[in-house]
Parts: sequence; structure tokens; C-alpha cells
Amino acid sequence: MRFVFSVATGVVFGIGIALSGMMDPAKVLNFFDIAGAWDPSLAFVMGGALAVALPGYRLALRMGGPMLANRFDLPTATRPDARLIGGSAIFGIGWGIAGFCPGAAIPALGTMRWEVALFLSAVIIGFMLRRMAFPAPRPKEIPR
Amino acid sequence: MDTVFTPWSSLQGGLLIGLAAVMLMAGLGRVLGATGILSGLVFAASRGEAGWRLGLVIGMIAAPAILWALTGRLPRIEVPAGPGMLVAGGILVGFGASLGSGCTSGHGVCGLARLSRRSMIAVPVFMATAAATVFVIRHVIGG
Repeated sequence: MRFVFSVATGVVFGIGIALSGMMDPAKVLNFFDIAGAWDPSLAFVMGGALAVALPGYRLALRMGGPMLANRFDLPTATRPDARLIGGSAIFGIGWGIAGFCPGAAIPALGTMRWEVALFLSAVIIGFMLRRMAFPAPRPKEIPR
Repeated sequence: MDTVFTPWSSLQGGLLIGLAAVMLMAGLGRVLGATGILSGLVFAASRGEAGWRLGLVIGMIAAPAILWALTGRLPRIEVPAGPGMLVAGGILVGFGASLGSGCTSGHGVCGLARLSRRSMIAVPVFMATAAATVFVIRHVIGG
């Protein structure tokens, strides 16, 4: 049941990514190119996502617990630190170079483009390098 | 190269992305962050950790084919980056998102939706460095 629910959730997310234009690096890079061929579409993606997720999370987290699991498993870190800021800065640089982010690239793999497979392989190498350079983040600070 | 401004389909896509995030929280109590899902799947310590993440990834990968079956269209993908830039960008994305505990979906949708202070800092930081990187590549180096 949990597995079927996960697949269905992945399909909803993936169709959302496909419709949104996030899967198209040319469009993503144009969103950031304010000085050039600016395409503001992606502001509507985040606006639409938050229009649902802000009230939806509020309602969901008001339930005693999730429907198919024992408890809500939320990140426990609350204070910004150097890893958060440095990591986010590095992530943004990579996003600006490639035009893909992980949430767009995973569904894009379904289009069988070799560029997506190459990018995601490099992302996994990046995960490995992070684990070697900064082993075991403080407990409960596991990336999600 | 220009791309077409698509406020309506981008908004529709955004609504579905938000819906998926709420489904995963209400159903499994988990944050829908692509970085955590992928790294948690690759480095899973147990079947319990891997199972739901594998389901999500399978659903995501199936989505373009389902969309094609429903509408007869595949999403447009145009990749300006060459192989070297895809590898360099990918390594930085994986390293940075893992170190910073999240990417566009984890911080940008789920973190902001629960008003996380860490996400409110992470999102403007990665947006700013992405914009600065595109500016340098297109207007400083590329000209």
C-alpha cells in the first residue's frame, strides 16, 4: 500500500514537473537570465506549488499523524549554519551550469535523453564526494 | 535562445508539484525533497528506507510516458550545456544540495511550505548563485 501510494505520488510530481517546464534546461536557464532572454514562467511554478503546499501542509500536519506511517518525519535542524549556506550556494552554481536540478532530472529520465542520465550520474558522484569530504552530518541533519 | 512564456502550464505544473508534496506528507509523513529521496535510495541502509523512495522514483520516471499517453505530447527538453558542463554541474548540484540539506523541491517547496527558517535562507542563496552563474556564463564568458 505504501509502495503503491509512493508510485502514485511520484507520478503526480513527475507530471507536474513535465507540465511546469522545469524539465527544460533552456527554460530554467532563461528564468535566471534576467539580463538576457528572461522567461519568468518558473515563478509561476513555485507560486502554484506553494499555493497548494502552504495550506495543504498546515492541514496535513494538523492530523494526529500520517495516514500510512507512524509519525511525521520532519527535519529537526532549525538554525541556519555554514553547511546550509555553503551547500546551497554550491548547489545554485551547479544548477546554473547544467540547467537541471534533481527534482526535474529524475522525471526527465523518463524521456530517455542521455544528457539527463549523464547529469544524474554526476549528481550521485557529488553525493559521494560530499560524504567523503563531510562525513556523517550531525545526527538528524540528514539531507531530505 | 528564447523560450516561450508559459504562465498557465507552469502554474498547472506547480499546483501538481504542491499536491504531490502534500500527498507525501499526509500519507507517509515525509518531505518530498528530490535530493533526500535520491541519496536516501542510493545509500539506503535498509529496505524500509529504500522502498517508498524507490516507489517515488519509479512514479516520477513513468510520468513523461503517462503524460504522452494522455496528451500525445512529450515535454520539451533543450540542453544548452555540453557533456563537460553537465558533469561539472551535476557534481556541484549533488555535492551542494547534499551539504545544504536540500534542493529546489526540498527547500523551495516543502521547506518554505512549513515556514522553515533554514529554507528561507537556502532558497534565496541558491537562486542568487544560480542567477550569478548564468550571468557569468552568458554575459561575461559567452558575451
